[in-house]
Amino acid sequence: MASNAALAVLQTAGRGRARRREWATVLSRAVRTPRGATGLSIVGVVVLIAAIGPAVAPYSSTEFVTAPFANPSAAFWLGGDTLGRDVLSRTLDGGWELLLMAAAATLLGVVAGAICGVSAAYFGGRWDTLIMRIVDIVLAFPQLVFALLLVSVLGPKIWLIILAVGISHAPQVARVTRAAALDVCERDFVRAAQILGMPARQVLRKEVLPNLTSVLMVELGLRLTYSILVIAGLSFLGFGLQPPAASWGLMINENRIGLVANPWGVLAPVLLIAALTIGMNTLTDAIARASLGVGRQADDALLAGISAAGAAQ
Amino acid sequence: MTDVTAPAEVVRAERPRKAHPFRDVLIKRLGFGVLTLFIVSILVFVATQILPGNAASAVLQNTATPARLHALELQMHLNRPAVAQYWSWLIGLLHGKLGTSLVSGASVTSLIGGRIVNTAVLMLLAGVIGTVIGVALGMLAAARRDSWLDHGLSVVALAVTALPEFVVAMALVVVFAALLWHILPAVSVFPPGASPWSSPSLLVLPVATLVIVIVPYTFRMMRAAMIDALESDYVEMARLKGMSRWRVLAVHALPNAIAPTIQVIGLNFLYLAGGVVVVEYVFNYPGLGQALVNAVSDRDIPVIQFIVLLLAAFYVAVNIATDLISLAATPRRRLPRS
Repeated sequence: MASNAALAVLQTAGRGRARRREWATVLSRAVRTPRGATGLSIVGVVVLIAAIGPAVAPYSSTEFVTAPFANPSAAFWLGGDTLGRDVLSRTLDGGWELLLMAAAATLLGVVAGAICGVSAAYFGGRWDTLIMRIVDIVLAFPQLVFALLLVSVLGPKIWLIILAVGISHAPQVARVTRAAALDVCERDFVRAAQILGMPARQVLRKEVLPNLTSVLMVELGLRLTYSILVIAGLSFLGFGLQPPAASWGLMINENRIGLVANPWGVLAPVLLIAALTIGMNTLTDAIARASLGVGRQADDALLAGISAAGAAQ
Repeated sequence: MTDVTAPAEVVRAERPRKAHPFRDVLIKRLGFGVLTLFIVSILVFVATQILPGNAASAVLQNTATPARLHALELQMHLNRPAVAQYWSWLIGLLHGKLGTSLVSGASVTSLIGGRIVNTAVLMLLAGVIGTVIGVALGMLAAARRDSWLDHGLSVVALAVTALPEFVVAMALVVVFAALLWHILPAVSVFPPGASPWSSPSLLVLPVATLVIVIVPYTFRMMRAAMIDALESDYVEMARLKGMSRWRVLAVHALPNAIAPTIQVIGLNFLYLAGGVVVVEYVFNYPGLGQALVNAVSDRDIPVIQFIVLLLAAFYVAVNIATDLISLAATPRRRLPRS
């Protein structure tokens, strides 16, 4: 009886205190820094363009409405593309699928990676060894090559690309969360919950995970940046959305032969992808700084380490 | 603290009969590396040859009839048990029999051989130049911490860190090859079999793209490592003795930032193994990455299998080398933990 009462107290205390507030605090602290505000507004503008673009596009993105590589004019603000379609309409229509795929792949990778990492840290022993060996094996592929391998088998399918990019994220996320969770699992409140007989799944969800909030937020930001990178890259190589669909990566590849005639076919998607990744990276950096405390040198090392480890993938 | 190598030497001298921990680590890491590659080879094989939509149907594509499919499966030994198939494939690989391309019919060795050199040249040039620039800028920023130079470099590095290679590549093409100036070729047009250094101007843009992508995080890691080293007691001591700033930086701080530097170089090469794929494709550079992209479009499975394995082997090798070299460079870590 006593232990049940204590358990209930622990549960309510753990829930309200940590989870709800921490991510909101970190996020609001991050966006109030110049970096965070810049990052968020850049990302916001690109997301807005991608989201409302299809609704406001002046022409259909697949119809031939002008001459191939026509110069910009009053009717076609950014000119024509390789087949005489409107570059502006294709640009407005070509972002939302990239964003949705990147978001799905990131969510998949971070959730799978966090489950593996946290359970490896908590249960330890053979389970830990097994998980970390699997992590080593997946990490033996460059991320893009791993995705290409899967695509070469099953063809360029949307769900496959999401799955491939998600799986290739999971090992890095697992490593980072495992390292952070090892620390948390040793703390007194986790021991207390265990002794009180809380089932393992509940300990993980209610005691361990809330203390990994900021680690997971930084991972989400980083992985989202790299999802965008890899998915846009696959699409550029011709293994994403298939023509005649509009997609920023694909547009760059289609229109680069006409770079001199009408540069906008390449420039518009290049600028949008660049803005999106720069904005995401800046925002993530601000979040990482906000969650660690600002300006200390150890944190600088950690931050650089975080982005470098991610970039190496 | 002024000399980190001293304690390690002392302890090792006291226990001369103990097994050399460095060799133990080497053997252990190599063992894991071979095991990882073995499992990777199984994965690659299962993914490409066993899964439905196997090699035979990939070759025939739309012309597949059940009879032709069956005939080709016999020819490619796809009707044998999976384990037997895998075993003969692996033994073949180890004997240098890499199979023949399903598209051109040429042997994989002849298709890939020259490309390995081309890719190695590209990676080596980009890796060395990028590392040197990144380390130099990182040291400079750390030495002049909080100056406008430091802030400027940090902001630029942060922005460029996450740019995709093809975005950087297209930006370079726009500036140097297509729109503003016409000084450099936009794509590499090599005569078949020519070595890449026969026309260095073709190498400039691919190498520059890769350098721009790896410099930012080399810079960030190096800046952080140097700031760390500069704030330690022995650097403070050297400074108080009246040593000049650059001498402190080069003689006292830099040697203690060597381990992070090695990590950075390792990470750079790991990144380059994936980065060359897109860059070679953009510039039509005849290397492994371009071959991989072409093979994936054509579903040329023997070529895909070999290139993926090669890149995985490179990954594992770089990881082991990075670990061992940074272990050798930081004697403290060689000691068994007590």
